[in-house]
Amino acid sequence: MKFTLKVWRQNNAQDAGRFETYSLSDVENDMSFLEMMDVLNQQLIKEKKDPVAFDHDCREGICGMCSMVINGHPHGHVKATTTCQLHMRSFKDGDTIVIEPWRAKAFPVIKDLAVDRSAFDNIIQAGGYVSVNTGSAPDANAVPVPQDLAEKAMDAAECIGCGACVAACKNSSAMLFLSAKVSHLALLPQGKPEHKKRVISMVKAHDEAGFGSCTNTGACEAYCPKGISITNIARLNREYLTAALASEEAV
Amino acid sequence: MSNPIAANPYSLKWLGHFFGSSVGRKLIMSLTGLFLCLFLLVHMSGNLQLLKGDGGRAFNEYAYFMTHFAPIKIVSYVTYFLILLHAIDGIALALKNRQARPSKYAVNPTGATWASRNMTILGIVILLFLVVHLKNFWFAYKFGTMPMVTYDGKEYKDLYSIVKEAFSQWWYVAFYLISLVALCFHLLHGFQSAFRTLGLEHKKYTPIISIIGWVFSIGVILGFALQPVAMFLGL
Ligand code: SF4
Ligand code: FES
Repeated sequence: MKFTLKVWRQNNAQDAGRFETYSLSDVENDMSFLEMMDVLNQQLIKEKKDPVAFDHDCREGICGMCSMVINGHPHGHVKATTTCQLHMRSFKDGDTIVIEPWRAKAFPVIKDLAVDRSAFDNIIQAGGYVSVNTGSAPDANAVPVPQDLAEKAMDAAECIGCGACVAACKNSSAMLFLSAKVSHLALLPQGKPEHKKRVISMVKAHDEAGFGSCTNTGACEAYCPKGISITNIARLNREYLTAALASEEAV
Repeated sequence: MSNPIAANPYSLKWLGHFFGSSVGRKLIMSLTGLFLCLFLLVHMSGNLQLLKGDGGRAFNEYAYFMTHFAPIKIVSYVTYFLILLHAIDGIALALKNRQARPSKYAVNPTGATWASRNMTILGIVILLFLVVHLKNFWFAYKFGTMPMVTYDGKEYKDLYSIVKEAFSQWWYVAFYLISLVALCFHLLHGFQSAFRTLGLEHKKYTPIISIIGWVFSIGVILGFALQPVAMFLGL
């Protein structure tokens, strides 16, 4: 397969950045998108040019490192798929592909397509944990958890922290990520004792990082590679409003 | 001895933190929006008086009642205030959200309904409409020189004739209808979004809310479109 790639090149966060066009042949249709990028980089290295920086780690859809907006689709046009799991066979031979980084003030570009997602770490550090030692695995029936809550919590816990929700959102809001993290803990008995304090400080960290605020467009859910549902955002709002207005927790 | 942290009330600063948070600001949008939905219903029922075919008497009496009955006057001032709050907070949030993406995409992600992506521009169209609408009817009624009519020996301002005059001009009717379409799209997203912002999403009730949202958005618009179209066509 042959492709024309328009790739965003940017030296660092201060650089204005620009698109560069490359043509690539000899792409096999069972290559993943990242393998295609490897082929491009090999070609650039041979031409003694600067290879394109992009993030990746597991390449099996679980770490959340890969992050590219492909023809305007965060993680590409295939539903519920990370960039590393996207295959070239889902493109047409001869296509022009526009590749951009996640664009958000809270995710400054490190280089080219790699962005700094520390803002997510700050949100997690603000409360995305349970602060008692869980010890060794407890007896399965010691703390009863209804099946439907366990399922909802597990669905929310599937979030891999990739940031595609922010990239897709016209407001650059991280509400889907935040709501997934708040939900998976709030739904389980282990997360209950701290749920009020947690939601208040995580929302604060979200806002301080410079993410926009949610207008319920649903673009996040459409592009989330893990199918995190926007219902979590409603739960987050409920958690936040009750914690901030109905409890004595400091806001 | 009690722990001072546990016992002392907070200073009022918490309110600022709450309403400054992204969820708190959305709460303002949601509650003001829902209130304005109620207002639309009341206003629409008033407009239906135009169609009575009694030469405008019911409508003029209704307009008199709305501007002279104290509790309604208070509610109308609250409404003006909430319209402004909804508009100003909405525009401020939209500007803030724009700043959250300083470098724009070459190809924009979509993945959401057209209405949900264009709430601000739809809102601005509605706001422009309101300015023109208030100037022509509300301002004229309150501060302008109005033609008068007499029913049962009592004088009334003849708002009906002003409305009739306005709706005999095609461009005014067109402007009115275009604004109603904008309002319809604004409501289609806004109505259900308001409930989601309040955290009210529920397997049992969300489908009901979404049906009411559709019926309301389209019903209100039809209800408002009826008078200009009927009066323009001279029905
Ligand atoms: S919610 Fe989905 S899109 Fe957002 S960070 Fe988590 S996995 Fe990625
Ligand atoms: S590289 Fe790990 S999810 Fe794509």
